[in-house]
Amino acid sequence: MLPYVLKRFAVAILVAITVSMITFSMIYLSGDPALALAGETATEADIENIRRVYGYDRPIVVQYLDWLYRAVQGDFGQSHYLKKPVSEVIFERLPTTMLLGFCALVFALTLSIPLGVLAAIRPNSMIDRVALTIAVVGQAMPSFWFALIMMLWLGIYWRLLPVTGTDSWANFVMPSIALGYYITPAVMRLTRAGMLEVLSTDYIRTARAKGLRPMTVLFKHALRNAIIPVVSLAAVQFGFMLGGSIVIETIFAINGLGFLAWESIQRADLPMMQAIVLVLSIFYIVLTFLADMLNAWLDPRIRVG
Amino acid sequence: MTERILEVEGLSVDIPVPAGMLHPVQDLSFHVDRGETLAIVGESGCGKSLTSLALMDLLPSRATRRASKLALDGQDLTGLSERQMSDLRGNRMSMIFQEPMTSLNPAYTIGDQLIEALRRHRGVTVGEARDRAVWLLEKVGITAARERLRQYPHQLSGGLRQRVMIAMALMCGPDLIIADEPTTALDVTIQAQILHLLADLQREFRTGLILITHDLGVVARVADRVAVMYAGQFVEEGTALQIFQAPTHPYTQGLLNCIPVPGKTARGAHLGTIPGIVPSLVGRMPGCHFAERCRYVTDACRADAIALRDATEPGHRYRCVLSPEETAAHNQMETAQ
Repeated sequence: MLPYVLKRFAVAILVAITVSMITFSMIYLSGDPALALAGETATEADIENIRRVYGYDRPIVVQYLDWLYRAVQGDFGQSHYLKKPVSEVIFERLPTTMLLGFCALVFALTLSIPLGVLAAIRPNSMIDRVALTIAVVGQAMPSFWFALIMMLWLGIYWRLLPVTGTDSWANFVMPSIALGYYITPAVMRLTRAGMLEVLSTDYIRTARAKGLRPMTVLFKHALRNAIIPVVSLAAVQFGFMLGGSIVIETIFAINGLGFLAWESIQRADLPMMQAIVLVLSIFYIVLTFLADMLNAWLDPRIRVG
Repeated sequence: MTERILEVEGLSVDIPVPAGMLHPVQDLSFHVDRGETLAIVGESGCGKSLTSLALMDLLPSRATRRASKLALDGQDLTGLSERQMSDLRGNRMSMIFQEPMTSLNPAYTIGDQLIEALRRHRGVTVGEARDRAVWLLEKVGITAARERLRQYPHQLSGGLRQRVMIAMALMCGPDLIIADEPTTALDVTIQAQILHLLADLQREFRTGLILITHDLGVVARVADRVAVMYAGQFVEEGTALQIFQAPTHPYTQGLLNCIPVPGKTARGAHLGTIPGIVPSLVGRMPGCHFAERCRYVTDACRADAIALRDATEPGHRYRCVLSPEETAAHNQMETAQ
């Protein structure tokens, strides 16, 4: 187990470093950052001054290492627009996004895994068709549109749920559904396919030949094996969900990281955008690592060499 | 006094397929006594595996099973619900499958999978179940048994896994074990070991054993009685001695001619083959199923269904229009060639 954990961990670190390099070089993507900061009416001397003050005159490797050194300590510099430390703003907004992501994931998994299992137990039955319909609709429908439709009916026509804001748990219902529904189809289809495959294996026949109860056969013997690829997929889909949260948070005016990203893009607040991308990427890397660990626990062939 | 463990009369399996109705198992009748080994022999696709699944009521859901009598130790199985049947499975009757590499769940330890049936059927504690598992693993010749309980299937070789499967089948001390080609997937050197093990344990525990195989060499070593199956029907049945010394059905004779006998079959001599392939079992077939491949076929073979008839010795029966004397004469000509 330990060599496997260490190997996965080393990979995670390498990915994180690569991501940090890409994130850092983002500031040079839109041209000279000093020029962008100084504004249109600045003189040559002003630009030179800004370049020195912000350290843009140093070699790029030095700039990167300096930035990385501060970043690992939680210092992402000052926001150009808010004139506050970037990390302060991020840690203010992060819990909201994490809560939204968690609720969305819980919604997605509690919908897709039971539906996938039911569809696999009775292929081509009514429940399978319903599940397929949900999956196809979910795949075809853009989440922002689905969010708007929900707002219109649940929020405005029927007045069941608040439309925007983060005042109570009720505010999180629609955004979580909109965000979670996005990853439901893939997870459900993979659960169904995995269960169908596992249910036709020899070891399921062995389990039945032992006279085990149907529930034991289904959940102990089948689901544990069928769920292994689903765990990996869910981690990847969760990454997409973090990106999707930018759209969803903006629509529902939720003061999370996604909304902050949207605001910062509009304000050309580079240090803020850099930090958000990095934090979301690290989030994703940690999740992938955790998914690998969960899979190792589920599948002894990974764990025991 | 022999004790009848399994009695089967008129067992049939039907499976609907796009081309019509498939009849892979047709009107089989047989019995197994306590401590007895019945071998069901036949080539691939003759219906022998479906027969074993039908006995366990583990057929695919599309398939239907019919039987005028199906009794385990006197208890009628035909009217049992799925739940009542699952109380017997793994408990009074258990099964050993052909593929030891895939028949164990990769996600659980050997110990976990061994104790499951005993815990389900007898409600013993984990500790007691483990003790029995260790005892049985030692019985099937696995060393360091207690440590093995913590191992996963992928850490064991095919031979070891099949030993584990045998131990698993014995966990509840069943009256009947059905072994479906238990040695086919194993190395030749391991095959003999596993077979002897199975035979020894069956004798020791006085279990009824149905051994399903296509390998007549296997049969010769362990079977008390033999049923030769062809295209869904038994074509000949009798004691192992009767089948090997006086094969009466042309198909059985053909099968035996396929086996080289050390010291008897000359080097470079032709081994027998049976030309042709197994007929399709979709729809009803009039007459003898073997007619298309039989070299002694006459018009009478194709007219009506042919019933099993007694051969010269009691208990020896075969399904052919020819008399025992006629087929014996044919057989002598064959072997002389």
